[in-house]
Amino acid sequence: MKVAVCVKYVPDATAQRTFSSDGTVDRGAVDGLLSELDEYAVEEALKMRDSSDAEVVVVTMGPEAARTAILKSLQMGADAGVHVLDDAIHGSDAVGTSLVLAKALERLEPDVVLCGMASTDGSMSVVPAMLAERMGLPQVTFASEVTVDGTTVRVRRDGDTATETIEANMPLLLSVTDQANEPRYPSFKGIMAAKKKPVETLTLADLGVGVDEVGADAAWTKVIAVEGRPPRSAGTVVTNDGGTGAEQLVGFLAGERFV
Amino acid sequence: MSEILVLVDHVDGAVRKTTAELLTLARRLGEPCAVFIGPGIDSARDALKRYGAERVYVLDSSDLSDYLVAPKVEALAQLMASRSPATVLIPSGAEGKEIAGRLAIRTESGLITDAIDVELGEGGLVTRQSVFAGSYTVIANVTRGTPIVTVKPNSVTAEAVEGAAVEEAVDVAVSDAAKTARIVERQPRASSGRPELTEAAIVVSGGRGTAGNFEPVEAFADSLGAAVGASRAAVDSGWYPHSYQVGQTGKTVSPQLYVAAGISGAIQHRAGMQTSKTIVAVNKDSEAPIFELVDFGVVGDLHAILPAATEKINARKG
Ligand SMILES: Cc1cc2nc3c(=O)[nH]c(=O)nc-3n(C[C@H](O)[C@H](O)[C@H](O)COP(=O)(O)OP(=O)(O)OC[C@H]3O[C@@H](n4cnc5c(N)ncnc54)[C@H](O)[C@@H]3O)c2cc1C
Ligand SMILES: Nc1ncnc2c1ncn2[C@@H]1O[C@H](COP(=O)(O)O)[C@@H](O)[C@H]1O
Repeated sequence: MKVAVCVKYVPDATAQRTFSSDGTVDRGAVDGLLSELDEYAVEEALKMRDSSDAEVVVVTMGPEAARTAILKSLQMGADAGVHVLDDAIHGSDAVGTSLVLAKALERLEPDVVLCGMASTDGSMSVVPAMLAERMGLPQVTFASEVTVDGTTVRVRRDGDTATETIEANMPLLLSVTDQANEPRYPSFKGIMAAKKKPVETLTLADLGVGVDEVGADAAWTKVIAVEGRPPRSAGTVVTNDGGTGAEQLVGFLAGERFV
Repeated sequence: MSEILVLVDHVDGAVRKTTAELLTLARRLGEPCAVFIGPGIDSARDALKRYGAERVYVLDSSDLSDYLVAPKVEALAQLMASRSPATVLIPSGAEGKEIAGRLAIRTESGLITDAIDVELGEGGLVTRQSVFAGSYTVIANVTRGTPIVTVKPNSVTAEAVEGAAVEEAVDVAVSDAAKTARIVERQPRASSGRPELTEAAIVVSGGRGTAGNFEPVEAFADSLGAAVGASRAAVDSGWYPHSYQVGQTGKTVSPQLYVAAGISGAIQHRAGMQTSKTIVAVNKDSEAPIFELVDFGVVGDLHAILPAATEKINARKG
């Protein structure tokens, strides 16, 4: 069995994130790392390998530094990496991203494509559904619990209004939430072993994707302007001296007509 | 006038508030047309009419309800082909965004997710999105196909305007390829008796500072007619169910008033509440980052302040 995991390199969420002058996320300004939410996808793949001998390949699309995301996944235990690296990719939206990833994934002929629930930067949460659409795979997304039985995958999905049990057969696309598992930390042995694991670097030409099909110019949407929100005007913060906190709180809420 | 398709968000015909909001937005853009998928139109009809649906397309077949997402995408794509709408509006939320994403690929149309506002500009539709935990607003438009926009709950105030609500049953053909992710069981979430978290006008959330006792949070919420939310720390500790988590990996809320009690204000929590109109915090640490966001904050013990405030509010109500 082969499991392909889509992992994304993202700017550190705890750092101040900004936009470049061209309206794209400035990935140079802050340190990046493997999206924390994709660690859950890597872990789920490793669990499948632990129980059924699967080969785990991680796939990323991103700048040179995105190699960090592959390396971390290999240290956790993935077997190999694929890095789609091409200057033309810069500025791609979810439509472009899913196009490139779909091509890279199809080459691997995986039984399971695994994704995280959202990237911690853009966070549109649509790449997995788009991949399922493009690859014609059953879409089993936002899984909070995964059970594999032969070639059948059964998951728990906590929807807005109901909890659902979803079942599908391989090959399929699966995305997992942060409820699905507890990602392992790389061991010392894992860190050493990762250095020798194969990482293939591919260009758009290797994938048969035209440079005019990706990037900001090919996007089907256009950013007209980005406005920094004026910082919220400093609010009133009171102390509870003499136990007057509750009264002042209710006074504020009444003034704003909430009570 | 061009049709604006609005995908109705409902539970067995009980129409959710977001649908009224989307119909209100649709009216600004063209002729609001509701797309009702699944059983229960009899319970939904009045609400759709009241909020201005001029047409109601009813698509009811087990093929659409027994599988995840894909069949709904096929149905909407067929409807788009036959009605040529100017725009498709879909409620944000996990499933809404997935439907929108796939529909965009299938119909080669530009997709905007989590819009907080939609209006007609000179060159067509213009959307606004709030990103990076509310620190930037992105203004964008769609340059290809039919704009498909998912809209966050509470982005507009729903306005009741009587619509004609002319009903039309639509037959859709769902391919076998779309019937692969089977929903084998569905357990509706038990109602808490409080407003639904994502659509509530007021949300009161508790965090690690509750030390596991959510009673003061719930009582305060009830005095305000509010929904109850929780931080991930509270959820991970098993103090409150995961479906009430607010934040990046939980629900995104945008109420008129958000009260954070015993919550520090981590970036991932902010991501789910920072677009709230008014923010209030009760926290015993005056240095807690949540105070950077607040309109009003009280430094103190929530176990003393919330019950006292609850009592005062209930007394006011007489
Ligand atoms: C990938 C990822 C996703 C995440 N997603 C989410 C998410 O969706 N939602 C989310 O909330 N978090 C999320 N987190 C976790 C987030 O980083 C924080 O750890 C979490 O929000 C902290 O919860 P808290 O504020 O309740 O707890 P703490 O940070 O421990 O803060 C507790 C606060 O309570 C105060 N306090 C203590 N006792 C009292 C008292 N008696 N009265 C008043 N105040 C008191 C303290 O001063 C403190 O400020 C995520 C993290 C990661 C890495
Ligand atoms: N550039 C990328 N490279 C690899 N995987 C990605 C990339 N962008 C998104 N993904 C995958 O898609 C998931 C959801 O991302 P998003 O739709 O951007 O929120 C992530 O958790 C990843 O698994």
